[in-house]
Amino acid sequence: MADAASNDGFVVFDRVQKSYDGETLVVKDLNLSVAKGEFLTMLGPSGSGKTTCLMMLAGFETATHGDIRLGGKPINNIPPHKRGIGMVFQNYALFPHMTIAENLSFPLEVRKIGKSDREAKVKRALDMVEMGDFGGRRPAQLSGGQQQRVALARALVFEPELVLMDEPLGALDKQLREKMQFEITHLAHQLGITTVYVTHDQTEALTMSDNVAVFDDGRIQQLAPPDQLYERPENSFVAQFIGENNTLEGVVTEITGDTCIVKLDDGEIIDATPINVSKVGDRTTVSIRPERVEYNKERLQEGVHTLKAEVLEFIYMGDIFRTRLRVAGNDDFIIKTRNAPDVERLTPGQQIEIGWLPTDCRALDA
Amino acid sequence: MAKLPPYATTGQRIWHYTFLVICGLIFFFLIAPIAVVIPLSFNAENFFTFTPEMLRLDPEGYSLKHYRDFFSNPDWQNALWNSIKIAPVATILSVSLGTLAAIGLSQPHVPARRAIMAILISPMIVPLIISAAGMYFFYSKINLAGTYWGVVLAHAALGIPFVIITVTATLVGFDRSLTRAAANMGADPVTTFFRVQMPLILPGVISGALFAFITSFDEVVVVIFVGSAKQQTLPWQMFTGLREQISPTILAVATILVAVSIVLLTIVELLRRRSERLRGMSPG
Repeated sequence: MADAASNDGFVVFDRVQKSYDGETLVVKDLNLSVAKGEFLTMLGPSGSGKTTCLMMLAGFETATHGDIRLGGKPINNIPPHKRGIGMVFQNYALFPHMTIAENLSFPLEVRKIGKSDREAKVKRALDMVEMGDFGGRRPAQLSGGQQQRVALARALVFEPELVLMDEPLGALDKQLREKMQFEITHLAHQLGITTVYVTHDQTEALTMSDNVAVFDDGRIQQLAPPDQLYERPENSFVAQFIGENNTLEGVVTEITGDTCIVKLDDGEIIDATPINVSKVGDRTTVSIRPERVEYNKERLQEGVHTLKAEVLEFIYMGDIFRTRLRVAGNDDFIIKTRNAPDVERLTPGQQIEIGWLPTDCRALDA
Repeated sequence: MAKLPPYATTGQRIWHYTFLVICGLIFFFLIAPIAVVIPLSFNAENFFTFTPEMLRLDPEGYSLKHYRDFFSNPDWQNALWNSIKIAPVATILSVSLGTLAAIGLSQPHVPARRAIMAILISPMIVPLIISAAGMYFFYSKINLAGTYWGVVLAHAALGIPFVIITVTATLVGFDRSLTRAAANMGADPVTTFFRVQMPLILPGVISGALFAFITSFDEVVVVIFVGSAKQQTLPWQMFTGLREQISPTILAVATILVAVSIVLLTIVELLRRRSERLRGMSPG
């Protein structure tokens, strides 16, 4: 999917490369297409190239090779102030010497919009983020969450078609962050604006986006909607990076259609779905989500291979139980079970048998 | 004065008071020469010493005649007028060029910026007499020696280092994402500079301007080399006065200059605090 950048997207990265020193590529051959009205998240660890991509889109960095197009037009040679892209900065970047209303008015003033028009737009934008009463204050007098709202309103006030957000919720506490995640997605969809959002927080990416591009090592590892990304990771980096994940190492011994048999390094046999293993004898890392592991024998599918496991730790988390097992020599095998009346609570030292649907167990690159 | 904590030992107490005495002595050493000038300038006689009448605090011993002399003597008036014509123009030049230089040199991509910075600041480090001699020979070649603009340019060159240093110091705390935000919202670089960057670095610019102004207003060496009789400034006139006539009018002028400096410093400090408060850097 990552290489299928079509030319009709609203935002298009076409074989973009970026190097700061002329030797190492920070962004390697990036192809990406964002449709109009889409909420795309660039997710990745620090140094993966995601922020560089955002900066190239905003115009603060230039691409070393390749084209970036906005609405069909190449924007490589357009300076940032002529791109008409809204942006929310990581530290909000509110002008400390201006009041909130002046901050919002600034993009309208430089666009030579008349005073009464300006005031109406500023008021509407502030009301939109529920900050209508704060127009006369200065940024330093607001809390982090309020500054965040103002920054959002300022990026939207001049009605850009594209808004960029650079880890805008990083500085907020957990509760506020979750509230803002919802509000930002809500606003973006309501206004129909295209959003490119950068974060290293996978929960944020999963809950907010239409599509997520997972970055690592200057490349997009996978571009997919959140559910596909979580349930069908295409390589072991994505599987590890998104959500909690159990891994087992082994060798493919048999491939039949869309299932395969993997012989784990301690000799046990399991069923899996081959994703990027191609032939018998390939080494593979098998990935299983903690909530897809089953230890209730009655619920296990007939005929699937099971593994012996020893319970090491049982953690009560309220809505779920989190149990740590030793499986095939791996001491960090986690399973999550919903706290329901019919679920058995495991005790440390207990010996159990675990299994899963072959479709939930993905044989990825080693 | 800091209170001594109750657990201070005798040694610490002795040191505490010794320290206060040392501080007082240093302060006296710095202020005394200036403070002495002020009462002397009200001397009724044409001497540089305290007369017996003055020491007795007899009103007869004091007068404003030296101040009258300063305001009526055409030589002094001419010098004052020259200083007023030169210093503000030199200040404006220093501030514009120095601020631009500081902003340019704060960009990380400028090559050899340490070297450029060192060259720009060198007038502050090189002994003044050497700068002055150099300027004299250079300005003579390009017909600037002995002209009004020659003196203005020379003083601007002396003032630029102060502006660069104070503005660079303010820029250290300047958040670059603010200029990016401005550009992102559609402001061209010039608008961004005047609407966003300038207001935020204003305290540094104002301090730099004050230093540049005082440098030009107090400067005597360079103006003697580069200027001609037509550009005789106040400090030059004082210097000649000291050599040739030893008139207490010099003390009156000195007192006026001290007063002007204090007023300027106060105004600038108030302005600086106001602008810091405005940009929300410090509470109330």
